[in-house]
Amino acid sequence: MELKQLYREIVNEHNLHPVNRGKIEDADLVLRGVNPSCGDDITLYMKLDGDVIKAASYDGSGCAISQASVDMMVDQILGKNKEEAIKLAGTFMGMIKGEITDEESIEALDEAAALQDVAHMPARVKCAVLGWHTMQEMLEHPEKAQENK
Amino acid sequence: MGSLQDFRKDFDILNSGDYVYFDNAATSQRPRQVLDAVTNFYKTTNANPLRGLYDWSMGATEAYENARSTVADFIGASRAEEIIFTRNTTESLNLVAYSYGMENVHEGDEIVVTVMEHHSNLLPWQMVAKKNGAKLVFLEPDEEGVITKEEYESKITDKTKIVAVGHVSNVFGITNPVKEIAEYAHSKGAIMVVDGAQSTPHMSVDVQAIGADFFALSGHKMLAPMGIGALYGRYELLEKMQPFLTGGEMIEYVTRTDATYAEIPHKFEAGTVNAGDAVGLAAAIEYIKSVGFDKIEEQELKLTKLIMEGLAKLPYIKVYGSKDYRKHCGIVTFTMEGVHPHDMSSVLNDDHVCIRAGHHCAQPLMQFIGAGSTARASVYFYNTEEEVAVFLDKLSKVREVMGYGA
Repeated sequence: MELKQLYREIVNEHNLHPVNRGKIEDADLVLRGVNPSCGDDITLYMKLDGDVIKAASYDGSGCAISQASVDMMVDQILGKNKEEAIKLAGTFMGMIKGEITDEESIEALDEAAALQDVAHMPARVKCAVLGWHTMQEMLEHPEKAQENK
Repeated sequence: MGSLQDFRKDFDILNSGDYVYFDNAATSQRPRQVLDAVTNFYKTTNANPLRGLYDWSMGATEAYENARSTVADFIGASRAEEIIFTRNTTESLNLVAYSYGMENVHEGDEIVVTVMEHHSNLLPWQMVAKKNGAKLVFLEPDEEGVITKEEYESKITDKTKIVAVGHVSNVFGITNPVKEIAEYAHSKGAIMVVDGAQSTPHMSVDVQAIGADFFALSGHKMLAPMGIGALYGRYELLEKMQPFLTGGEMIEYVTRTDATYAEIPHKFEAGTVNAGDAVGLAAAIEYIKSVGFDKIEEQELKLTKLIMEGLAKLPYIKVYGSKDYRKHCGIVTFTMEGVHPHDMSSVLNDDHVCIRAGHHCAQPLMQFIGAGSTARASVYFYNTEEEVAVFLDKLSKVREVMGYGA
């Protein structure tokens, strides 16, 4: 998919009309993710019920690709358990880095799979993975994500 | 004397397709004459300079030292030994911070910089201040980007040991009053460090007239190869300073436990030098002279005026710095309402227009102006009015791509 088409068909909708943007006041986990080269700066919030992600949201600012990507990500991880979410993050980052290309793995990402073509835009890879990377850090190192509450 | 269009023909990359290159403040392009000079050095007289006692090495030494004289003349140094070749402005400023700053700034002293500094003229001073217990003081510009007399006279005091100021801001494009600041700094007993990375390509520089004690420049922003830059230092200061890096070629005599150092400038040029690119820098300077700063400035002003007039017609664009196009040194930094600069730059790239987006290595300034990130278009003498028209046309279509109306 061409860049302009990617914006028009996928990114703009989530960037201009996000569904998961906002702050969860009583979140169990809070982690900030920064992309220093771009200045994308998001904070991810999560509420857990045992191992299951009961609620999640984000706020902050950044380019359309970073914001749309994290908005789509939240859709994908709601109701999943930690392990499933971490696995999805691995799949997404593998896809964006061009390391995972088989359809079956990528299908698991549902709508977020639409960002696959960012793999051909090296300058934008970090934007696309910011939310997913932050989520993975949050779940693998909950101690970091509790300090920020 | 050719026209600017004739000069443009010397830049193969600019004639290789339909790209509009408006990121000249990050790095310029290089004309064939510069590339040929570097190649010719390696083809005809390559050997390790300053060491060998045979023809090629002596030829390499001569080419290298001639390049030093060319740089010295170009920026008005009083003697060639005052020019130290470095990799770039960043290395030049680190040399001053380590070899002068660390020795001469003590607890309770102050270092004055501006909030506009490129990180390369900020982080070395942060390091000196932290390690030696000194305080960093920031000069702040007014809305037009100007550091006023009141501002620098209120912040440069008897405690100030070093004043480090960018000659031209890489974000606003404004030329800072470095001569006036240097005069005041000297009256308070401080030395003046000028970051000339963004000025040297665009205007005639005279380090003595400015009153700079140190002046740093990068070759790659002024038609020369990447990896060659220079530091001017006042002779008396350089002579008293300790080396920055130690090793080969910078010694006089070495025993198992001790060493005495070579005379300046070689004391500050440890290791095999970058003679090939120094020759390239000298060729770049000759090229710039053949174009002439009057023509360079005339073209940059013409293009900057067109860019700023064009941007003023787009209500969703905000331009930073002075409203006067003559105070931009070819640099126009702006934001587009609702569109992140990175998306803007990516969309423009799809149309083969190259502009910079981000914090421009000046994060404290971005915080000061309240922008997380901005876009920057910067021109040089080889850019054309047609390119400005393409840039403005493509820019006016970005918001539609980003989902704002049709």
